[in-house]
Amino acid sequence: MHDRHLITLTVNDEEHEVVVEARRTLLDVLRHDLRLTGAHAGCEHGVCGACTVLVDGAPARACLLFAVQAEGSALHTVESLAAPSGELSDLQQAFSRHHGLQCGFCTPGFLMLAEGWLAERAATGAGEPDREEVREVASANLCRCTGYQTIVDAIADTARTRLAAPGETA
Amino acid sequence: MPSPATGPRSHAGAARWVGVSVPRREDPRLVAGRGRFLDDIDPPGVLHAAFVRSTVAHGALTGIDLEPVRAVPGVVAAFDAADLDLADIVALLDRPPEEFVPTAMPVLARDRVRFVGEPVAVVVARDPYAAEDGVEAAVVRITAEEAVVSEETALAPGAPLVHADAAANTLVDVSMFATEGIDEVFADAACVVEVDTRTGRQNALPLETRGALASWDDRDDQLLLQTCTQIPHQVRTLAARCLRVDERTIRVTVPDMGGGFGQKCVVGREEIVVAAVARRLDRPVKWIEDRRESLTASFLAREQHYRTRAAFDADGTVLALDVDVVCDMGAYSCYPFTAGIEPLMASAEMPSVYRVPAYRVRARAITTNKAPTAPYRGVSRPQYVMAMERVMERAARELGMDPLDVRRRNLITDFPYTGVNDVTYDPGTYRESLDLAESTLREEGWFRFRDEAAAQGRAVGIGFCCFSERTGYGSDAFAKRRMTVVPGFDISEIRMDTSGSVVVTSGTLNHGQSHETTMAQIVADRLGIDIAQVKLRQGDTERISYGWGTFASRSITVGGSAVAAASTRLGVLLCRIAAHLMDVTEDDVELDGEGGVVLRTDPARRIPFTEIADVAYLRSNLLPKDVEPGLSATASFDAPGDGTFSNATHAVVVECHAGTGRVEILRYACVEDCGVVIHPQVVDGQCRGGIAQGIAGALFEEVTYDANGEPSAASFIDYKVPTATEIPDITVAHLETPCAFTENGAKGAGEGGTIGAPAAVLNAVNDALRHTGVELDATPVHPQTVVEALLRKEPACTTAT
Ligand code: FES
Ligand code: FES
Repeated sequence: MHDRHLITLTVNDEEHEVVVEARRTLLDVLRHDLRLTGAHAGCEHGVCGACTVLVDGAPARACLLFAVQAEGSALHTVESLAAPSGELSDLQQAFSRHHGLQCGFCTPGFLMLAEGWLAERAATGAGEPDREEVREVASANLCRCTGYQTIVDAIADTARTRLAAPGETA
Repeated sequence: MPSPATGPRSHAGAARWVGVSVPRREDPRLVAGRGRFLDDIDPPGVLHAAFVRSTVAHGALTGIDLEPVRAVPGVVAAFDAADLDLADIVALLDRPPEEFVPTAMPVLARDRVRFVGEPVAVVVARDPYAAEDGVEAAVVRITAEEAVVSEETALAPGAPLVHADAAANTLVDVSMFATEGIDEVFADAACVVEVDTRTGRQNALPLETRGALASWDDRDDQLLLQTCTQIPHQVRTLAARCLRVDERTIRVTVPDMGGGFGQKCVVGREEIVVAAVARRLDRPVKWIEDRRESLTASFLAREQHYRTRAAFDADGTVLALDVDVVCDMGAYSCYPFTAGIEPLMASAEMPSVYRVPAYRVRARAITTNKAPTAPYRGVSRPQYVMAMERVMERAARELGMDPLDVRRRNLITDFPYTGVNDVTYDPGTYRESLDLAESTLREEGWFRFRDEAAAQGRAVGIGFCCFSERTGYGSDAFAKRRMTVVPGFDISEIRMDTSGSVVVTSGTLNHGQSHETTMAQIVADRLGIDIAQVKLRQGDTERISYGWGTFASRSITVGGSAVAAASTRLGVLLCRIAAHLMDVTEDDVELDGEGGVVLRTDPARRIPFTEIADVAYLRSNLLPKDVEPGLSATASFDAPGDGTFSNATHAVVVECHAGTGRVEILRYACVEDCGVVIHPQVVDGQCRGGIAQGIAGALFEEVTYDANGEPSAASFIDYKVPTATEIPDITVAHLETPCAFTENGAKGAGEGGTIGAPAAVLNAVNDALRHTGVELDATPVHPQTVVEALLRKEPACTTAT
């Protein structure tokens, strides 16, 4: 169990070398070795989605991946959403505008879930999503504070505005 | 009326911030992933703790061998109760032994274990993986005994005892009210209904689990205990007592926190252990509860049973109420509230929003071999409200009346009203909220929809719930319950610097309730400054001498009132200095609402706060002789008498699906009155989030135990937390009855959703099942129950709605 591996992870377009035990989760490496603490551990068994990050553009549960499995993938965490100037992305702003967060613990997971989904829709040229579709997507993650309505509002709003003004996405 | 502010309120400007949904000040960091939650903090050299826990529900602890643990690679140390020698946790009520039996909760189990998940030993290692390896190596010898797992097994004659000195496994047995002649009222009544309601054991389930990080600081001669708690000062008090050190030597701080909902408003044993171990090892030690621990070994909630009898007149007027309440509190009393919190709440508040002339109540807290309980959002109110609302529905059926008419006949409408429970209710909108909730559904055509659906053989139902909730609990209200640790007041200090910015402290604790924004709104209006010039600091025992944290919807009512009062005092001080500088009297000046003080008669003569602050700190020679240097003010607030009551009506439309038993919510409307609304979006968010948790309790979440005391829910696979597809959109309409004695007119809004939803949903399900002859009085409503009900083809019982 105490075998060590030297791996290279590409996170938010930066390369990092880390030595990890084979059993160390991607979530723990991101949070504790790379100090990217935005992704959170809510259950560590793949249900709550608080740990959601993008792996090659698609939302994935970082608690269900071992870090060694992520070598060679492009990883993106919530820390990548805001512009280098600190300006928040349209999605982040929408969450705030709609009061889509209370304690904020689930928020990075929802943001990455939505970001991955919105990007995938944009790539397939899908039109405006209906609210039920957004609700379906949001049901991948748990939030204990908001009752979800405002999270759905924020994601639906971003989908709408991105369709109206493509290219202005963060 | 305790208005702690001295002098007149001097702010001339109109409210600019209060009542507006300004952008939340906590959001930028949280959406950027820059929140700082407990597990985000990794001090150099930090060690990680994990707990060896009992796998047996009840038994004698005959031996613990930690030597194999110490041999595990990466493990630094391991301790059991004998190694740490900490004082037990004992929470007390000021009640005679026949009413209350205290329990000693050892910080680590000693001699006996009383529930699956009880901490027996702690392992400290270089990383959390090694700590868990260490836990697996521990050898714990327990001689298992018969487990007490239900009300029936606990109260059965000759049942095994969870605590040797708690006869009949009863920790609390109170009969607080018994109106004389009540039996005659029942004997003469036109109609007597009996309702037996039960609610399942739930987990408050903050998404961030509990956790603690302790490290010793030589310079401050203090242990810094960073912990996920709603009550930092009480953690400090208890930690000092358990460690047998001066309270000064412990500082408790709370980082960003991912929810609490009551589970974190009691002190956890693990927090104390982490503190003790960090001191012992002189190294930082961190413990982050994993989800399995959180589900099985953390504080649970809610499991209650009400046997309610109510006497009615033929016209539907309630004449008397007789209740027997049993609350299953699990293995120990929690600190600081004790196992009394739930039965005492039920006893004092049960008549709810109705005029009940005669009342008798017995309420018990029983102890069982299950994880102990904490006061989850709502505290007994979801349960007694459900009992009352089922009583109203049942009476309506028996009398052939519309359940809303029965409610209307009995609702309190003249305020202030003093009930048979000796509680005085301040003005609210009990009747108006019901009228609005009903007319909303009627105008939208839901009653028609339901009847048409029934004609097509679909099971659609409409349910209502009317309730009020006491929110501004002051120390008088808590003292009435004879608690020995009496919450109630809060203190706030406000300080202005030379740039005119203020830092305001509060003993409350933000963990999702938006205090950083709403408290700043209050301060900005009181002083007439921009919200950006206000910073709230809370969650640090060094910043304020004492506070009571955040629970019971008290933050804005009590904490916010202290904040407002301190701001007013600072305003008075600013005026005083300005008047001196202008060489006029204090009565001649006022705050101008723009960050300055003006002469009333000549607004052109104005001194900005920055100039006053400059004098207060840098040229104190210019201060009036009787004013001390510096610009700060402190105030405390304690809600008087019985406190204040928010109220609401919830209305819900459901469809029960034959075959799957799914209960689908088609429409949810909430009409609520929490007094003055500081931030509409935040209040709506509190309502919706609370309702989601209430729906969870009504339809989804439950921890059951098998006969051996093994809990059913150890992961999110077994514990069904509703997602976005189970929780509907919810409309929230506001009525505003300002509270006369809180500083802001606010009444508190944290818990209402959770209180109203279970009864409203249950009533709707029953309405949908009205043609089956089945009536359900327990939550959660299981799909299986619905399927079975819908398979019954009994003649419809008559309801008139
Ligand atoms: S922490 Fe990964 S899904 Fe919950
Ligand atoms: S905002 Fe608290 S869990 Fe979602």
